[in-house]
Amino acid sequence: MTLLGLLSVEPSYGYDLKHTYDRYFGVRKPVAFGQVYATLARMTRDEQILALADEAGGGPDRKKYQVTDLGRTRVSQWMFTPDVPSETLQSNLFAKTIIALLINDNADRLLDVQRIEHLARMRELTREKQGADVMRMLLCDHALFHIEADLRWIDLTAARLTQLRNEITLP
Amino acid sequence: MTALIQARGLRKSFGTTDALRGIDLDIHRGEVIAVMGPSGSGKSSLLHCLAGVLVPDSGTVIVDGITVSALNEARRSALRLTEFGFVFQFGQLLPDLTAVDNITIPLLLGGMRRRQALKEAHGWLDRLGLETAAAKLPGELSGGEAQRIAIARALVAHPSVLFADEPTGSLDSLAAENVLTAMLELVRQAGTTLVMITHDPRTAAYADREIIVRDGQLAAGDRVGIS
Repeated sequence: MTLLGLLSVEPSYGYDLKHTYDRYFGVRKPVAFGQVYATLARMTRDEQILALADEAGGGPDRKKYQVTDLGRTRVSQWMFTPDVPSETLQSNLFAKTIIALLINDNADRLLDVQRIEHLARMRELTREKQGADVMRMLLCDHALFHIEADLRWIDLTAARLTQLRNEITLP
Repeated sequence: MTALIQARGLRKSFGTTDALRGIDLDIHRGEVIAVMGPSGSGKSSLLHCLAGVLVPDSGTVIVDGITVSALNEARRSALRLTEFGFVFQFGQLLPDLTAVDNITIPLLLGGMRRRQALKEAHGWLDRLGLETAAAKLPGELSGGEAQRIAIARALVAHPSVLFADEPTGSLDSLAAENVLTAMLELVRQAGTTLVMITHDPRTAAYADREIIVRDGQLAAGDRVGIS
């Protein structure tokens, strides 16, 4: 949908589209050309975009694509449909905590280890923000708030370990 | 390299409550440390022992070669005035003094003449982009401005260590970020060591490393920073 959204700004060649995508969204992981062309082919098939007339000697990267009315409608629907709030619990960490309690190992320590890892990542992101442009800062902020949410869960779990231990070890 | 702050075997009790239960800790010159831990874990007691506000029941605190834990109150007080700066959650500026006068306090207490102290204070306001706030009373400042004034007051006498207790705890995210960025820039420029209590991971992320205190001990029994 992001590529379709970018195409609804103005018609573009696949090559230019890839670079526009990378500029806004691919700082960490640029999108592959193959993925761009495969998406363009799919969107053409679904009539969300159409290829303008080929230029002379044009290969796949010499086609200019333009969004259709259907494509614009899809972009609008996508933009104004809220995402389902993520509730993905760190299931592996949850499992480790439960197992540690079940085998009477140090659950506090494994939560500390995870906390330190989370904080280290937050430090990296905070350093990345120094001197970054606002767009990059916002992306880092988003990542920071998500990691912080995990940390809050870790802190609360640490505070509830005794209660949790009783709950899972008592018959 | 010898640590600027060395704590060994710190123990402190209040009545029947053991606040610190044997803490060993090294903090190096110029380091920025976040002290984290649940409420009641002992992090404030640790900070107060390191800063010579409290005297541990046993164990030692050595700052820059001086055994702080062995000094009497008068000498600890003198040390706090010259070597340490303090920032708290609510700036604790004196409400009847203007921003610039608040900043001059440590300099005047240290014997500097008022004219020179005002000149120094204006320099700090300038560095913090707060020149226009110079004549304002604390009640007329925003939370972020007040906290930056408090930071200037804490750093104006060039302490070797700045102790901060939840310095951004009362601010919204953006104001907190501005205050932290300003504080970090100043301490890094001056090579000041910063020991900062925070419950906020985003604040802790500005530090070089964190110390986690739980039940009066360092988390997982680590002897943090001791090589």
